[in-house]
Amino acid sequence: MLSKAVDLSPPASLPGAAVTDRPTPAVRLDGVVKRFGTVTALEETWLRVEQGEFLTLLGPSGCGKTTLLNLMAGFLEADAGEIFIGDDLVTATPPYEREIGIVFQNYALFPHMSVAKNVGYGLRMRGLPKREIAERVAQALALVKLTGFADRSPRQLSGGQQQRVALARALVIRPKVLLLDEPFSALDKNLRGAMQVELKEIQRRLGVTTVFVTHDQGEALSMSDRIVVMSAGRVRQVGTPDQVYRHPQDRFVAGFIGDVNRLPGRLESRAGERATVAIGDLRREVEAEALRDCAAGAAVDVFVRPDHLGVRPMGEAGTLPAQVAALVYQGSHIDLHADLHPDLAGSGRVVVRMPGHGALATYAPGTPVGLLVPQGGLVAFPPEP
Amino acid sequence: MRRGLSTRLLGISGKVLVGLILAFIVLPALVVTLAAFNDRAILSFPPAKYSTRWFTRALTYRDFQTGLWNSLVVTAWASTIALVVGTGFAIALKRYAFRFKAGLEGVLLSPLIVPHFTIGLGLLVLATGIGAARGFAVVVLTHVIVVLPFVIRSVYISLQNIDERLELAAASLGARPGRVLGTITLPLLAPGLVSGWLFAAILSFNEFTASLFVTGQATQTLPVAMYGYVREFADPTLAAVSVIYIAVTALALTVANTFLGLGKVLNVEQGR
Repeated sequence: MLSKAVDLSPPASLPGAAVTDRPTPAVRLDGVVKRFGTVTALEETWLRVEQGEFLTLLGPSGCGKTTLLNLMAGFLEADAGEIFIGDDLVTATPPYEREIGIVFQNYALFPHMSVAKNVGYGLRMRGLPKREIAERVAQALALVKLTGFADRSPRQLSGGQQQRVALARALVIRPKVLLLDEPFSALDKNLRGAMQVELKEIQRRLGVTTVFVTHDQGEALSMSDRIVVMSAGRVRQVGTPDQVYRHPQDRFVAGFIGDVNRLPGRLESRAGERATVAIGDLRREVEAEALRDCAAGAAVDVFVRPDHLGVRPMGEAGTLPAQVAALVYQGSHIDLHADLHPDLAGSGRVVVRMPGHGALATYAPGTPVGLLVPQGGLVAFPPEP
Repeated sequence: MRRGLSTRLLGISGKVLVGLILAFIVLPALVVTLAAFNDRAILSFPPAKYSTRWFTRALTYRDFQTGLWNSLVVTAWASTIALVVGTGFAIALKRYAFRFKAGLEGVLLSPLIVPHFTIGLGLLVLATGIGAARGFAVVVLTHVIVVLPFVIRSVYISLQNIDERLELAAASLGARPGRVLGTITLPLLAPGLVSGWLFAAILSFNEFTASLFVTGQATQTLPVAMYGYVREFADPTLAAVSVIYIAVTALALTVANTFLGLGKVLNVEQGR
């Protein structure tokens, strides 16, 4: 069953069913399926990557994101469905004719070639004249700020520099699509942040359509125009970072993107697009769509972000009774861990993110408190089967 | 106190044991080397008087001269053919998951199980059948069969050390499969190819059992010529030949080590 979470319903992008007012996408997947033996690595997937877009495939390992990337690159053949790059049907086109650039996690620089030879490789394969190759290699190296490194061997470069070379090598052929396979995971944390900003800047300047694979939701949120959240070979949700963060369409997305607390709730009533859920003595409104299969009175899980919760004195209106369990200093903020009152069925530990350091002095472990649950920003899903 | 003593004794006896094992390994070479410089005309140990006259005899003895030349020719051809064929097979084994892969692997590695004299005898029968007995072609073919598994193994291990993503990256940059092979795979495989060739050459140069069956007077290789010699004479000439053998092989390995690094060539070290 294809999740309704996917914002592109199959018929709209079926070949023949004219996609009227939208321009040709840079990449289009029409019902693509990939199996390895009896295992389905990628269930039927419909996806459009718009021209110039920075699209992220996000999910845990084994979710099918790398399979999807390999299908776009032509390293794997689809078992069903069609893949288009621009207007060209490329389902059966080998990688060397697809004109895509790819940057691997380990950069995959050719160890027996200098930096310049690495970057110029794609141009030599295209049989361009030597002078043009030299010019474009110099331009590409300037773009990634590696002018002067042309004659170095990849071995002599740091991880960040190697990544720039890999990026220059992929971009110099002016690819129709740039594919990035977890390119930051081998870098240390400080360098990672700097490279993310730089890559995003280069991408925006060149306007190159980019498909970025990562398991890091922070990276996905900060870099993407749109995020495709995947799990178990299926697309769960496609949307802008804000959409997937604030309006997750299933419990997997809610749990995977950002930190989240689960509060035990009960469906009270439904009215049109809104539903009312009870959490202890509180009544809160959530979107009804995700609860369409639940009967009134059924148990539901209510999800709320740690930074949306507040801490008040015990018993104050709009709060749930709880007890402070621990305070975790995080530098810019404090994570307050609290245990919900045992009367709340299915109680668990809840994290409240509090800016500043005030909480350290105010709330010693053991203090009874009231957890302030906001009116908005809540999502509810049926409990896990 | 007592424990410290026993530990120390154990440590000492361990070192002695290792020393003895090492001595045992080099002992034959040592004895033969000493015997080669023995002035007396019988293989005896230890020598009473030293001379180099057996080296002169070894280098001027006709059968050894032609034997050496034949060996060099056969070795050069056999290891080169084995390298080309073996590389092809290794690449095929690595890349293409064809259905009979396990069977093919088994057949290719079977010369490790089938005794050399069986290979020699089999080819002798076959060659006689088609009227090509004791020709160079049969000798070379025999050697190719004997050394092929080693070449395939050597190249296969080197192939596995090549990151597949390098080839994928090259393909994405527009390189057709043939150009990926020529510009990425083969250059990165070079140390493995050299090591494969070197293994093949050393094995082929030393091969005796199978050669005994398929060589004739005109095509006999050096080990076969030596065998013929020792059946007639018992003087230290053979010891001198042995010393030359050891020296040449050591030289070849030293050269390989100097230019490529022995760890790399012998696939002892992992890495590219």
